[in-house]
Amino acid sequence: MTWFIIFLTGVLGVAFHLWALEAGWWWTPIASNWTFIDTADYVTFWITGVGMTLVIFFEAYCIYRFPYKGEGSKSEQYNPESVKLETFLFFSTTSLVVAMLLPGLFAWGDFVSPPEDAKQVEVVSEQWTWSYRFPGKDGEFGTTNPRKWSDENPFGIDPDDPKGKDDILVEDTELHLPIDVAYIVSSRSKDVLHNFSVTQFRAKTDAVPGMVTSWWFTPTKIGEFNVMCFELCGVGHHTMRGMVVIEEESAFQAWLQKQPTFKQSMADAGTDAEDGENIVLSEASAESAEKGIAQ
Amino acid sequence: MAYVGDATTDFVPPAEVGEVELYHAKSFITKYVFSQDAKTIAFQYVGTALAIGVVGLTMSGLMRLQLGFPTNGIIDPAEYLMLFSMHGMIMVIFLLTALFLGGFGNYLIPLMVGARDMAFPFVNMMSYWIYLVSVLVLLSSFYVEGGPTGAGWTLYPPQSIMSGTPGSGMGISLMLTALVLFVIGFTMGGLNYAVTVLQCRTRGMTMMRLPLSCWGIFCATILALFGFPALLVGGFMMLLDRMIGTSFFMPVILEFGEYLSYDGGSPIMFQHLFWFFGHPEVYIVALPAFGIVSDIISIHARKVIFGYRMMVWCIVGIGAVSFVVWAHHMYVSGMNPWFGFLFASTTLVIAIPTALKIYNWLLTLWKGNIQLTTPMLYALGFIVQFVNGGITGLFCGNTALDIPISDTMFVVGHFHLAMGLAPLLVVFGSVHHWYPLMTGRFLDATLGKIHFWITFIGTYALFFPQHYIGFNGVPRRYFDIGGTNHIVESTLSVRQFISVITWIVLAAQLLFIYNIFKSYSSGKIAGKNPWKANSLEWQTATVPPGHGNFPEEMPLVYRWPYDFSVPGVKDDYIPQNLHPDEVVMESGGKA
Repeated sequence: MTWFIIFLTGVLGVAFHLWALEAGWWWTPIASNWTFIDTADYVTFWITGVGMTLVIFFEAYCIYRFPYKGEGSKSEQYNPESVKLETFLFFSTTSLVVAMLLPGLFAWGDFVSPPEDAKQVEVVSEQWTWSYRFPGKDGEFGTTNPRKWSDENPFGIDPDDPKGKDDILVEDTELHLPIDVAYIVSSRSKDVLHNFSVTQFRAKTDAVPGMVTSWWFTPTKIGEFNVMCFELCGVGHHTMRGMVVIEEESAFQAWLQKQPTFKQSMADAGTDAEDGENIVLSEASAESAEKGIAQ
Repeated sequence: MAYVGDATTDFVPPAEVGEVELYHAKSFITKYVFSQDAKTIAFQYVGTALAIGVVGLTMSGLMRLQLGFPTNGIIDPAEYLMLFSMHGMIMVIFLLTALFLGGFGNYLIPLMVGARDMAFPFVNMMSYWIYLVSVLVLLSSFYVEGGPTGAGWTLYPPQSIMSGTPGSGMGISLMLTALVLFVIGFTMGGLNYAVTVLQCRTRGMTMMRLPLSCWGIFCATILALFGFPALLVGGFMMLLDRMIGTSFFMPVILEFGEYLSYDGGSPIMFQHLFWFFGHPEVYIVALPAFGIVSDIISIHARKVIFGYRMMVWCIVGIGAVSFVVWAHHMYVSGMNPWFGFLFASTTLVIAIPTALKIYNWLLTLWKGNIQLTTPMLYALGFIVQFVNGGITGLFCGNTALDIPISDTMFVVGHFHLAMGLAPLLVVFGSVHHWYPLMTGRFLDATLGKIHFWITFIGTYALFFPQHYIGFNGVPRRYFDIGGTNHIVESTLSVRQFISVITWIVLAAQLLFIYNIFKSYSSGKIAGKNPWKANSLEWQTATVPPGHGNFPEEMPLVYRWPYDFSVPGVKDDYIPQNLHPDEVVMESGGKA
């Protein structure tokens, strides 16, 4: 009975896997260059999956094959150790672990080495919304200073730095990027930890107040992708959403043209003090989040 | 002939020190309340840990109410945050750590190594009372303004002490105070466990003749003694940031548009301190479970444990390596990404000794004489769940693979199986295994088996699918996932299924509690050494063992505890303290 249920656990595990695949409870279709991460994931999935199945079936077999033989009986074997077997198991396990580690390390090598021609975009996060900055015509971001955040200067850019004047500011949770162009995504946070994450891009890094963090990717699919915050950031964490729109270069440029530069935005300051809050969830959920804050 | 323990011998070294008189209780209060007897302290630890554990479990049921049925309107986001934060901290620290080290450590170490009590009984008593105070401080945070902290069990600053997080006032201060107290109390107990194993073993009990339970608890204690100070320091520093405005972890920062007075701190530094403790913590819970499960499997399969020396060195090796893997919890934290190479490698290296332990459990079953007793069922269930929890760690530990699944439900499934449910199954198995020693009666086997099957199948059905919805991008710690265009709609039905199973499993725990109380008075009488085990705790003159453990002479140890089914010997077990001349051979004569 017991062996049968343990055996069934293995069978159902495999069956659930097939069911999950069918139902789509599986990796979302990738929309960036990080296919190598997916490959490494699949390699690990199959090595560990086969290992897991073997362990369960071996255990079930032992229980089935060697049940208690009653009072006065003994085990068939007395083998405290076997150097040969243990050496074999050690080396075979080590080689499988290396087979899983290596693809991961190679993928990570790419991950920490953005291409030289990668362009820049910055995500600024705060409880519980996102905004974005592009470096403008000069291709360089203006210096920022965490002491310069204000309603008029919501990106904390140093007004005295000439490189900052042409920075393009997007005070909206929707970000547009062109397809097939590598981007380095830098993150800053005004308040607590956040994490700008799009599941289909496979890459993310926390935004940490007091420092700038970054990661890079190349979008490879046109479409709209949900942004979710992936680092617990307080009571409105689940409402911290956004959208990344990947489109052709021309459409992207047209969108970018409509966004103000830092210089224009400073000139407009005061006349348009609307904050860029944009909550994607249902009103009920947003209301309950506010109720939580009020507590 | 293969290696046998520290081979059987009739030579027992002379005593190095004479007997030391124990403290003898003179009143009810000193005997049962402020007791210095390790066995009574063990019961106090277990009772308190299980009581707070019930609170933690209930919280998981409420949490699942929100996760399975997000539009129920009963729980608000702040309450949801508090639920999972308190659930995590209670389960990891105040239940599992206290139970394995304070509970099993206190009960088993002196009995297994052959000592009359712990090395420092008074400090041992203090350990429990400080632990109790820390639990009460933790509970009091439910009743202060703003409620308990909702910063997640990891308590990451800056959010944990800022107003966008519930419980950022008194809640977090009480949580940190409770942790600081816990560490102080634990250190008192921990020194006892380590010193007792090293210094108070009976004559003949070499380190390589210790039962693996002892090895597991001993190494876990060493880990805790090295790891907890990092938590203590981190907790103190955050308390200072919170109470008097220092800036250890706080950079220049805005709170809803207003500047706070902090400057120059680093939130990531807390994460390093936290995980320097936090990762060894996983093994503080797992190593005792590894050890205990080895003993249960060997005893109930009536077979010598396979590869004892390998098992010991794997425990030691896992413990050592566990101090250089902490940053695998921080791949997305914004730390220098080049660390990833080192920490991915060390993390995957730790999989090797862990896998070897699993093979050795399975090889112990091979050609055994497997008795499907209740403790054995839990041990067998443990293997299945632990293997699953272990191999999913290979995804989380390998930097590049972890980036997409970090902070998804995959991680929740992984650590619940590896360090939550697998060790808990061992707890249930151990209670069934040692209850006859503690009370003289068996727990009811039928109730035990029903409880096992519901818990084993239920928790597996509950956590296994979480990995898959994690692949799909379902984040953890989300009050409401709402609409997205990539998370498959039907994952909601999976989440509902998980919630329903959770409640069934929670309800089944009542069976276990009922069984403990019912069997205390009406369980089947067990008698002496009912499982026919070899280790010393079963060889005491009285059951349950009395004050001082071994009433007259201390037992002398001639062999290791795994001599089951030795060829040529009549019985299928030879207790550690049986003189070689007393061993009855199959031929009928003595050896």
